[in-house]
This record gives sequence, structure tokens and C-alpha cells, in this order.
Amino acid sequence: MLTHLPVLVVLAPLLAAPVAALMRGAFAPWVVATLVSWFSFVCSLLLLAQVSDQGVIVYSMGGWEAPWGIEYRIDFANALLLVLITGLASIVMPYARLSVRHEIGDERSPMFYAAMLLLVLGLCGMTATGDAFNIFVFLEISSLATYTLLAMGKDRRALTSSFSYLVMGTIGGTFYLIGVGFLYVMTGTLNIADLAERLPALSDSATVRTGFAFIVTGICLKLALFPLHLWLPNAYTFAPSAVTALLGATATKVAVYILVRMVFTVFGVEFSFVTIPLSDVLVPLAIVGLLSASSVSIMQPNVKRMLAYSSVAQISYIILGIGMGTAMGLTAALLHVFNHGVMKAALFMALGAVSYRMGGTDLKHMNGLARTMPLTFWAFVIGGLSLIGVPLTVGFVSKWHLILAAMELGWWPVVVVILVGSILAVIYIGRVVEAGFFKEPEDSTRREAPAGLLIPLWILVIANIWLGIDTRLTVDIAEAAAAQLMAGGVVR
Amino acid sequence: MSANTALILSLLIPLIGAVLIALAGRWPNLREAVTLTTAVLLFAAVIRVLMGLNDGEVIGVELVTVFSGLSIAFNTEPLSILFAMIASGLWIVTSVYAFGYMRGTKEKNQTRFYVCFAIALFGAMGVAFSANLLTLFIFYEVLTLSTYPLVTHKGDEKAKAGGRTYLLILMTTSLIFLLPAIVWTYAVAGTLDFVPGGILEGKLDSGAATLLLMLFLFGVAKAAVMPVHRWLPAAMVAPTPVSALLHAVAVVKAGVFTLIKVVIYIFGTDYLADVPYESVAVYLAGFTIVAASCIALRQTNIKRLLAYSTIGQLSYIVMATMALAPFSEIGAAIHIAAHAFAKITLFFTAGAIYVASKKTEITQLNGIGLRMPFTMVAFAVGALSMIGVPPTAGFVSKWFIIAGAFQLENYFVLAVLLISTALNAAYFLPIIFNAFFKKEDVAPAYDHQEAPVSMVAALCFTATLTILFFFFNGPVLELESQIVRGEILNEQ
Repeated sequence: MLTHLPVLVVLAPLLAAPVAALMRGAFAPWVVATLVSWFSFVCSLLLLAQVSDQGVIVYSMGGWEAPWGIEYRIDFANALLLVLITGLASIVMPYARLSVRHEIGDERSPMFYAAMLLLVLGLCGMTATGDAFNIFVFLEISSLATYTLLAMGKDRRALTSSFSYLVMGTIGGTFYLIGVGFLYVMTGTLNIADLAERLPALSDSATVRTGFAFIVTGICLKLALFPLHLWLPNAYTFAPSAVTALLGATATKVAVYILVRMVFTVFGVEFSFVTIPLSDVLVPLAIVGLLSASSVSIMQPNVKRMLAYSSVAQISYIILGIGMGTAMGLTAALLHVFNHGVMKAALFMALGAVSYRMGGTDLKHMNGLARTMPLTFWAFVIGGLSLIGVPLTVGFVSKWHLILAAMELGWWPVVVVILVGSILAVIYIGRVVEAGFFKEPEDSTRREAPAGLLIPLWILVIANIWLGIDTRLTVDIAEAAAAQLMAGGVVR
Repeated sequence: MSANTALILSLLIPLIGAVLIALAGRWPNLREAVTLTTAVLLFAAVIRVLMGLNDGEVIGVELVTVFSGLSIAFNTEPLSILFAMIASGLWIVTSVYAFGYMRGTKEKNQTRFYVCFAIALFGAMGVAFSANLLTLFIFYEVLTLSTYPLVTHKGDEKAKAGGRTYLLILMTTSLIFLLPAIVWTYAVAGTLDFVPGGILEGKLDSGAATLLLMLFLFGVAKAAVMPVHRWLPAAMVAPTPVSALLHAVAVVKAGVFTLIKVVIYIFGTDYLADVPYESVAVYLAGFTIVAASCIALRQTNIKRLLAYSTIGQLSYIVMATMALAPFSEIGAAIHIAAHAFAKITLFFTAGAIYVASKKTEITQLNGIGLRMPFTMVAFAVGALSMIGVPPTAGFVSKWFIIAGAFQLENYFVLAVLLISTALNAAYFLPIIFNAFFKKEDVAPAYDHQEAPVSMVAALCFTATLTILFFFFNGPVLELESQIVRGEILNEQ
């Protein structure tokens, strides 16, 4: 069975999704979704262990060798991503039971869990596969699941936000597909490993360059790089809490991974950063995005929306790391992909608990939270400290590496920008903390959230601190992954 | 018990104490007994570490390796044990004082107060015993965050505004200046360990070294060198025990302590002496001393006056450190102790006056010496020590700083000290004179004598310490002269 791990991660949610959809009530589909998430998580951990032991794993789907069949190829980078996706799914699914009953209702629960499983399936598939067209297929699966999930939000504005993401997401997906088409015309292959081998000889071709432009633009739309981020704040704000937690922590991260895979593996560092000046495009956009999104989040009256803008800012940190085009920058980017997932999921889950008890996530709902819901409040504070990058949290680890990478290049202004971003985070998190700490609660009879929400939340909060101190899992693997990616092409 | 165990215990005791205090919150007497016991045990543990250091035991504990060979590690040396002794020893006195103060003013949320106090002491111990800059930075932030609820304790608009300034300045400077300074040091030196003689020699050109020094100087805003001093007056909205122990001893001394550590163990005084613009730091500190004294002259609120006096006195330490003469380094270390005893006395008296008479303004103090003789005599002792008159502690450290100025023939330092002495006398002596020799302008609203006995006992004790330190400073001197012994030997 161990040899089939790469496909099991993807197959389990694929098989379970229709089963969940056919069930009745809320409990049974929830059990299925939770168990399957846990199963996929175990598979991902085993895969990561296998990669550390044996190096890159190549798995041919159905026994068909690469040019004919589809190949799954697991190295450090996507093994880390798989652990992130399935790990967060394993925490969000148990959390979803109460939150979904409250926000969506029992009747539509089977569809909800089916869509969640399809989302996990799509994200895992994009990550695990070694085939450029297969990525598109899984991208569409995850996107369709996302549109459904977004539309399930309580607020009627969820429908328009879902629709606008559908439009933008489709454009992004189509751009990607057009780009892959161009590459196929030139190389005659869709396999990532083969593409990587054949493309260097064709680097002067205008078709390849156009393909590169389409692919990068399409993915940047999916990962919400400024100024292509406009779909994100509404989508996150109006989605059900559990969906925001999973989506905010993983969906854009997988898009980042696809960007990394394309830029570093398929096209290679030489092409992406020397032939095409990708840094000159990504770095300024990331800087503007970081500063503007952070500033905008300071002014948001809704905390969920504030965190959505903060996500745009945090993704800009990641893009900044990628834009450096060095091993250190890439390490920092991969680290932040993982770490930001852990902290943002915790924050969104804390907000879900607030919404469960207080009926909303406006700043006024946070008033007096330190007294009425202390455990939820402190979870939010720790998540917020992580976002700021205070030592002993995961945020510090990634910020440290990002600054180190910028210093290595002598990019002093970028160092300043990174730090200013932290200060802006102090301000927007500080607003919420102040409201929770000092303001009188609207209704002081409200009690702490139920254990069903608090336990998953605090597991993640503890992970925020644990992984901020013991960084063997994250830093070592991110460094190994960056080394593999920088080596260019494909490690055989 | 080995010294290493004691070292770990001195970190654990305040942390466990915080938990126990929280648990005992419902029973005030028990809670305060736990506070006092924790403080005494902590002091005992620190004494054990001191004995170990004197016996030449090898003291050093490495807790966990965080990343890239950096670890959270602790050790001790003469300077750190001095800071730890002062902070933990005075915590006992402050606790006794706080019981009287908090009950006398009927403050709310007293449990939170004592818990945060214990956590702040945990932060201070961590700063004192940290073996590298990363560990120091972590605990520096712990100290910032744990004191924020103490500053905003009252919870009214003024407290919130003060807290905002406090947090924003301390956080901003530590993230924008201190963090990059640390990362830069790591990028250049490949380590962050405190090593006698420094780790930077020959690794930075002189311009860069000046910039790095400035980043440290302004990054460590807790040392309150202008223009990053504004948080200290803002912190005066806190209850007086907080101002006394934290904003006259633990927090601000953590700042100057960090700077001395950086100068001696990161740069190394020999290397720093070759950096051409290093003296800019001396001028900045000198300017701060004179400017802060001038501002203090115009204050009408007792605690604000003391805050500006603290800013000036802290810069004595910074200036002495940056002067780089062996004697002035010793003077800087001793001034940490001398100023601590005297300034805590002054804050204690300010709080005693407030509790007994509700007076907060200097103009209201006419004739109060007759009603509160013990308090005002203690105030006089503290004030004389600020000015540097024998037989008080302030004279000893000033003696060494002046000796250092002569060693280097640095007449700027000398001039600043003379001007500052005159200004200190100008704002402290009238208060003492008026308190004892002027008649009360208006009869107080109600007849009052001294504050509660626990407060008077505490302030008499620290006043006595201030005087005793003048006569019995031998062991401290001997201990602290070790920090420069190597350099003195080099010169001979």
C-alpha cells in the first residue's frame, strides 16, 4: 500500500465525496468527511517521511509510463504542501460540525461536506500531480467546489461574491490553459519533467514566452496577487466560517505552489529570472500589494474582511520571497506558505467561534470578548501575534528568513517594507485586541464557545507556538525543497 | 541543586507563580501570599546562580535549537546576574508595597495585575540570563506585551491612549530597528552568541558598523534615548507599583542592559573604539540627558517628573557605555543598581502620597513633610541620589563615570554630567524644601498621616538600601569590574 500513497491522498476524498452527497442528515456525512481527511493527512505524513528517506517519488497512474500516462511526482515542496492541506482539513472538518449546523443547516449539510471533500481533492490533486494539464483539471475541480461553498454563506451577498469569483477564477484557469497549450505546441508534451527538459532549448521562442506570460498571469489571478486580488475580500467575508478557514489557509497557497513549480521547475531559474525579468514584475507588485492591502485592512469595520485583506498582504510576502529568485528567498516563501496557513486558519476559526456566539464578526461583536469568551479571545490574540511576527510564533520564523533573504541580496528598501508591513499588522490586530479588552460587551450574558469549536481552534493555536519553537519540520523541509527547486529541471 | 538548575528555576518560578496567582484569584489573601512566596523563591534561585558564578561553576543551559544553529539558550555573567538580582530582589519589596497600594486605592482586576506582574518578571529574568541575541529579543518582546495590560490597568480613555503609545513605540522600534539589526548581525557574523570581545570585529566596514549601532540604539527603545523616549511618560498612567518596579527598574533596565550587552559582547569595546562615528551615540545620549532634565524642570505631575528624570538617568548609562572607557563601563553597570534603588524609592513615595492624600501634583506638596515624615525623608534620599550627593548610591556610579571620562579625556561627558547635576538639583531640591519648610496652602480635604504601613516599610527599606549602597558596594564593584578586566589587562 505504501507505494500507492501519492494516489491514495487524492483518491480517498474523490471516492468519499459522492458517498457524503448521497447521505442524509448532518452527522453521517460529517463523519465520512472527517475520517477521510484524517486518512489523507496520515498518507501525507507518510509521504513526507518517504521523500525524506528515499528522495523524489515517481508514481505512474494505472501503470502507464509517463509520456502516455499521467505521472505523480512528489518532492519536498509538494509533500510539505500536502501535509498543510490535509492537516488543516483534518482540523477544520471536526470544527465544521457545529459551525455548519449553525450557519448552513442540516438539510444542505451532505452537499456541504461533499463540496469540502471535492475542494480537498482538487487542492491535493493540483499539488501531487506531475502533469501540467492534470493541474488544470484539478484546478477546475477545486474551483467549482469553491464556488458552491462560497455561495452557501448566510448573507445574500455571498451569491454575488461567489459569482464574481467564478468569473475571475475562470479567467485565471483559462489563461493557465492557454499557456499550457502554447507549451504543448512547442514541446509536444504535458509532463512537467519532460517540459523542463525540452524548454531550455526553446527559450528564444516567442511562443514559449507568451505561454509563460499567460501561465504566470493566470496563476497570479488565482493566488490574488495585487492588483488581481479584488475577488478575494468579498469571497472570504461572506463564505461560511469553516470554508473561509480552509480556503484562506490553503487555496491561495496551492496556487503559489503552482507558480513556484512553473517558474522554477518547468521554465527554470535561468529562463524566469534572467531571460524574462520576472523579479521586476513580481517584486514591485508584491511591495505595493503588501503596503496597500495592510493599510486597507486597518480601516475595515468587519474583522473577517480585515483578515481577508491581511491575506492579500501576506501573500505579497510570499511573492516577494519568490521574486527574489534565490534559494533563501524561496525558502522564506515556502516557509511562509506553510506558516501563514497555520496562523490564518486559527484566526478565521476564532472568528467563526465569535460569529457562533455573537452572531457576526463586526468590530462591535468583538467588544468585551476578553471577558465573555476568554479562550476564543486569547486564541485570536496569539494568532494575531503570529501574524505580526512576534518571536516564539510561526510568523517570526518566516519573517526572520524573509529578512535574511532580502539582506543577502542587499535589498535594504525591501527589508524596510517587510518591517513596515509588520507595524501595520500591529495596528490592525491592535484594534481588535483593544475592543476585546476594554470595550463593554454588547451582551454580557453570552458564554464561551462550545468545546467542539474550541478544541480544534486551540490545536491550531498550539501548533502556531510549537512550530514557532521547534522548526525542524518547517525550516529543514523548506530549505530542502528550495534546494531541489533551485537545482532546476527535475531531480531524477 | 546545581547552578544550572537554579538558572532554569529562576525562569520557571515566575511563570508557575503566574499560574498559581491566577488560580488563587478568588481569595485575595492567598493570592498575595502566593505572589510574595514566588518573589522570595525567585530571589533565592538567583542568589544560588550568583554563588555558582562566584565559585566558577560552568553555567549554561541550551533549551532548544530554533533554526539555522540558533538556539534559545541561557547563561550568566557579572552583568546579567546584577540585573537579575536587582529585578528579583526589588520584586519582593514591590510586592509588599503593592498589597498596600492596590488595596488602598481599591483597584479593580487585581488578579490580572499580579499575574501580568509575574509574567513581566519572567520576561526580565529571560532578558537577564539570555545567552544570545535571539533569546534576548524573545524575552524583550515578552516584557513589552506582558506590561501592556499593566499600563492600561485603569481601562479609562487616558489609560488606553497611554497604552497605545506605549505598545506602538516599543513594538514599532523593536520590529523596525532591533529585529533587522539582529538579523543583520547574524547575516554578517553567523552567530548571535554573547562572546567577550564581540563577534563583529573585522566583519563590517566602519560606515555599516555605525548604522548597525544606531539600529541597536533606537531599536532598544526601552533604553529611552531621545527621540524614542515618549513611551515612558505615557506609561505613567499605570498604577504606581508598575511604574516603580517596571518603569524604573525591570523594563528600562532591560533596555540599557541590552545596550551594554551589545556593546561589550556583540561589538566588543576594542572594535567599537575604531568605528569613527561611534561617538554620535555618546552625543545623542548626552543630548537626551540635558533635554530630559530641562523637560523635567517644567513638569507639575510628580510621576511625569520622575519619568523624565528616569529618561535622563538611563542616558547616563547609555552615555557611559558608549564612552567605551573601562571605568565608565563599570560605572554604567553600577548605575543600573544605584538608579534602581533610588528611583524605586521615589516612585514608592509618589504612590504613598497618592494613597494617603490623593495628591499627584508637585504644587500640592507644600508642608506635606510634616504629615508624612518617613515618606518625605525617603524622597529626599532618593532625590539626593539622583543628583549624586554622598552618602547615596548615585554618587558611587557617577564617580566611576567621571573617572571614565578622565581616562579618555572626554570633556563632553564631563560637561554633560555637570550640567545634569545642576539641573537635577534645580528640580528636586525645591520639592524637598517646600515639603518640609513651607506651610500648607490649603488644609487637605481630610486629615491624613502616613500611607499604609506596608508601603511605608517598603519605601524606607529601599531608601536605606540607597544609603547602604554608598558604604557597602565592594562586592558589586568587584563583580562588575570583571566585565572589563580583560581590557584593563590588555592595556597594561
